[in-house]
Amino acid sequence: MPATAADNQATKSDVRMMVTLNRQPTPNSKTPAAECACPVIRSSGFSLYYGAKIGVKDITMEIYPCSVMAIIGPSGCGKSTFLRSINRMNDLIPHVRTEGLLEVDGQNVYDKRTNLINLRQQVGMVFQKPNPFPKSIFDNIAYGPRLQGIRRKEELQHIVEQSLKAAAIWDEVKDDLRKSALALSGGQQQRLCIARALATRPRVLLMDEPCSALDPIATGRIEDLIGQLQSTYTIVIVTHNMQQAARVSERAAFFCLGELIEYDRTEKIFSNPTKKQTEDYVTGRFG
Amino acid sequence: MESRSLTLTLGPSADRRRPLALTPGEDLVGFISSHVGRAVLFLITATSVLAVLLILLFVILRSVPFLRDFGVGEFLTSRLWRPTADEPVFGALTLIVGSLYVSIAALLFAVPVGILAAVFLSDILSWKIRNVAKPVVEILAAIPSVAYGFFAVLVLAPWMQRRFGFSTGTNALNASIILAVMALPTIISVAEDAISALGRELREASYSLGATRLETMVKVVIPAAHSGIIAAVVLGMMRAIGETMVVWMASGNATQIPHPWWDLSQSIRTMTATIAGEMGEAPEGMPHRSALFAVGVVLLLMTFMLNIVSEYFLSRAKKAAGKS
Ligand SMILES: Nc1ncnc2c1ncn2[C@@H]1O[C@H](COP(=O)(O)OP(=O)(O)OP(=O)(O)O)[C@@H](O)[C@H]1O
Ligand SMILES: [Mg+2]
Repeated sequence: MPATAADNQATKSDVRMMVTLNRQPTPNSKTPAAECACPVIRSSGFSLYYGAKIGVKDITMEIYPCSVMAIIGPSGCGKSTFLRSINRMNDLIPHVRTEGLLEVDGQNVYDKRTNLINLRQQVGMVFQKPNPFPKSIFDNIAYGPRLQGIRRKEELQHIVEQSLKAAAIWDEVKDDLRKSALALSGGQQQRLCIARALATRPRVLLMDEPCSALDPIATGRIEDLIGQLQSTYTIVIVTHNMQQAARVSERAAFFCLGELIEYDRTEKIFSNPTKKQTEDYVTGRFG
Repeated sequence: MESRSLTLTLGPSADRRRPLALTPGEDLVGFISSHVGRAVLFLITATSVLAVLLILLFVILRSVPFLRDFGVGEFLTSRLWRPTADEPVFGALTLIVGSLYVSIAALLFAVPVGILAAVFLSDILSWKIRNVAKPVVEILAAIPSVAYGFFAVLVLAPWMQRRFGFSTGTNALNASIILAVMALPTIISVAEDAISALGRELREASYSLGATRLETMVKVVIPAAHSGIIAAVVLGMMRAIGETMVVWMASGNATQIPHPWWDLSQSIRTMTATIAGEMGEAPEGMPHRSALFAVGVVLLLMTFMLNIVSEYFLSRAKKAAGKS
């Protein structure tokens, strides 16, 4: 990989630019310290059912702002289900039913009076399967900003470039932003989706296995990005990669069979977990 | 005991190791059976294709003598259709225009309604109602057209005469409305298939960025399904242009082009109605009969072209749904 050091440098400073960019529009901006005091996401006794089947059961946890939280656990244990509950992405699935409380900024998201548009603009999401629109790369990224009423070409171009750089895909696509996003490879599509989520400038970012289709270099860059973003964002990341969880997160939650088994500081989860199940899982003796 | 048998079935069966190359006998059997299978399938396909081609050939051949005597140009451009006059004239322009006129008018009603209904079915109705509504819409397509025709003559025509004071209730408007209703199930069903084939992921992507349902529909779902929607419209057009009984009953059958052109309250006549209505009175061997065959050729060519267009868009729609 020649000349990546310089590229990386450029990318990092761009990310920083974006982070500063992001801070300004926050209305009645409190000091970061005050903002980071109370939880952004709070769930208490939250359950979700797919018909009669349990998706997640009785989840109680608090997620703090300006930090990275990792969700780990075996396949099918409800990690995606919980993540998708936070921005109400399970609404489109038939026969889904929820119980208990799930709050974002003190607002119960399953309340009838929740403003879903504002919720989703503030809580961005990267899905487990890449799902770009069948549109050009540019239009994919500009979709969110356009919804927010940004029309000026230069401004859109700026946002698109910043977002693509932050998601470590700019170098691969910069020559032809008019190309269809469907013509990208799986890993490129996943990074495009990360860029698309960033372009909306959310405050909370939900990432469902964002690196599962990426090579180690791209993974490293996404992890760098997460590191950059965590000073201003709240990030919840689902991952099957224990090293990744240990590297990027401050706190970690271990899910099993739809239940939250343990939620603690990441070092504790990995070095000295309270529950036997957690220990078995993180040391690879699960099942 | 049980676990032992499990490991046995899962392990490679060394005792039944088979040669990877075909023996000459197996090779021969495979060769013959694949060729026989292919031949049978080919015969079946060829028969149906041949039947269609023969019909086409028959219709074209029967119309050739007439077109040679009367002239293709005259046939396509003259507005006079007087098959039974002493000096018969066969100008099909009014019939061609009549067919296109009611079909397009019908689509102007049916397309917006059909697309809205398709969106409604696929994205807005609750799951329970959706599962009932879709089959009901498809059953509508199975109502025999003569029943629609009865409705047109006995209900719609008198109502329009009373309500709007039209000189006749059987007119282009009446025929277009009924054709629109008949084309709707096709349009709704095909468009709904295209829209719901796009899958949940695409919609989720849009919602997750803060789009409303309307924005998601207009900016993502409908553009992504546009090939299927166009195919739906073309199929609806084919349904309307080929329909016979309803236009025969509802259109008034006057060989004229409406003047002014937008006046739907005038009677018109279509190609299909002309063929169906006059075939019985046109004796074999007379130019009248060949003229009707010539009209049939025009109709065939039109539906043929529409068919090609719809096939093209349907295959594009399939590709679009597969990719996203
Ligand atoms: N759309 C759905 N309809 C019905 N059941 C579902 C649906 N999605 C998920 N489930 C069920 O909910 C449970 C949790 O699924 P979920 O996708 O949250 O698992 P996960 O922890 O994300 O797994 P993975 O690591 O494989 O992505 C599973 O048992 C699954 O079968
Ligand atoms: Mg998952």
